Amino acid sequence: MSLDQRVKIGVPSKGRLMEKTFDWFSARGITMRRTGAEREYSGAVDGLEGVDLVLLSASEIPRELAAGRIHFGVTGTDLVREKLADWRAQLEVMAELGFGHADLIIAVPEAWVDVETLDDLDAVAAAFRQDHGFRLRIATKYHRLVREFLRANGVADYQLVDSQGATEGTIRNLTAEAVADITSTGETLRANHLKILNTAPVLRSQATLYRSLSADWSGASADILAHLRERVAG
Amino acid sequence: MSAQNNGGQPGNGQAARAEAQRLFGAFQNWGAVPIEAAILQPAGTLLDLYGEDIRARAYVTHDPVQGEMMLRPDFTVPVVQTHMAGGAEPARYCYMGEVFRKQEGAGGARASEYLQVGYEVFDRANPQRADAEVFALFARLLSGRALRPSIGDIGILRAAVNGLPTSDLRRAALMRHLWRPQRFRALLERFAGRAPLPEARAALLARLQAGERVESAAPQIGLRSGAEVEARLTKLLSDAQTPHIPGALVDRVEALLNVADKAPKALAQMRAHAGDMPWIAPSLDLLEQRLAALAALGIDVDALDFEASYGRTTLEYYDGFVFGFSADGREDLPPVASGGRFDALTTVLGQGSSIPAVGGVVRPALLVELEGGA
Repeated sequence: MSLDQRVKIGVPSKGRLMEKTFDWFSARGITMRRTGAEREYSGAVDGLEGVDLVLLSASEIPRELAAGRIHFGVTGTDLVREKLADWRAQLEVMAELGFGHADLIIAVPEAWVDVETLDDLDAVAAAFRQDHGFRLRIATKYHRLVREFLRANGVADYQLVDSQGATEGTIRNLTAEAVADITSTGETLRANHLKILNTAPVLRSQATLYRSLSADWSGASADILAHLRERVAG
Repeated sequence: MSAQNNGGQPGNGQAARAEAQRLFGAFQNWGAVPIEAAILQPAGTLLDLYGEDIRARAYVTHDPVQGEMMLRPDFTVPVVQTHMAGGAEPARYCYMGEVFRKQEGAGGARASEYLQVGYEVFDRANPQRADAEVFALFARLLSGRALRPSIGDIGILRAAVNGLPTSDLRRAALMRHLWRPQRFRALLERFAGRAPLPEARAALLARLQAGERVESAAPQIGLRSGAEVEARLTKLLSDAQTPHIPGALVDRVEALLNVADKAPKALAQMRAHAGDMPWIAPSLDLLEQRLAALAALGIDVDALDFEASYGRTTLEYYDGFVFGFSADGREDLPPVASGGRFDALTTVLGQGSSIPAVGGVVRPALLVELEGGA
């Protein structure tokens, strides 16, 4: 690594997640700020020499970390586990940041008074397939996480259908029978007449600071890593 | 990125291909007709058979005209389809080619693209003899290698479930989860009354049993109708009145699942279990006939391992005899060869017709790896 090569830290580029990330680092003596015009995605870091701020969509940060194009990144646990197979071999958790809490849950229509547990969902899926000639559809964008969870819990006869947004609406629109989505308060689910299954969530997620294991950690970047570890621990 | 693909060399290259050619030639010398299968297979058939789990294992791609396609995860399905579309009877087929399977859980250490050489028999005459023929042929082609053969029989497990004195609903639930040992066991324990009902279910049943009308103030949304919800509530209520399966019988089933010994001893142990489960006796007779057929073909059945649960956790379609040849002391490797009987698959893919079928595959790259040629 040449002397002028710098360490990159990826942070969500907008909204509350960005502001809270800035606050979290600020409380540890590292000041992050956006530079340039308001809509320009560029930033700077003060209080940690040799570090550049990269503003990215939270959903792209796992991929950038895995590729080693950024050294550190802040994003949700849910996105890392969904997007990276074998994520532990690629990333290290530096710190859980204590905000951005959300659960990945499975929800069904409130009118399904016969369904509370995953066993119920499984039994209903079997009956649904018989009655309708196709597998019960669960709309989600978290394919890997939901599939692993359902397999581990012995649920069969379902299919996942992709939904990248407004997932709660898919049941009313007859494109799915159940949904698997991220929720923090459950309000949107209730407003759409859905109820959360009475089981542990598929995943509890929060904003997390990750380190890429494949980025270039030679030379000065090793010192920066040691320095950041101290700040994070304090 | 990772070591998954060795820079485009599937498996271990030329050595594996030479080994594959040797096996492919041997199957043809034995009288099998070589058969081809497209690498791109329609995803619909495979999804219908295996469910969503296949997506975690097979590569899915998209064709603008044909829709969702999968890179061939195995040959058996296309071979069965080809045969059912008008093959002669009896028939013996062999094939050689790459199959593609995602290897997410293995930390990327296993090849996701590898050669398979296979042999399948479609024959109505004498299924036990066909089972023995396939196993003996594989044993002969793999002789001299440090491999440990194991056999099992899904048919015995199916017979055990089918004869249980309980409702059709409960037998169907057990049969459906035969492939998921943990879930199967949980169901058995619940049907024996030895595992508590989830609280929410117990509360729901209490309300139903009190004659209360259970309904929600929320509007009916989605494709699953109010009538379907009602129908399930009725089922739950009648299921709650189903007498428990006696605990001693459930213990017998669990003991049966755990039988693992040299084949004749395993058979004797299962005969003892049949005292309480006479309905498994016919399936044990079939096993005995199969062992005799194996012995007649020169297999030392006294030294052959039988595991009652063999083949239960694979994503497969076997419903009778199952077998595998594994590298001794290499539990990290999948079996070098495996196979079994798949009569039901021919019914599913046969559009009204069916035929007893049995077969197996060898993974030549693993053979080469074990010989130290990797």
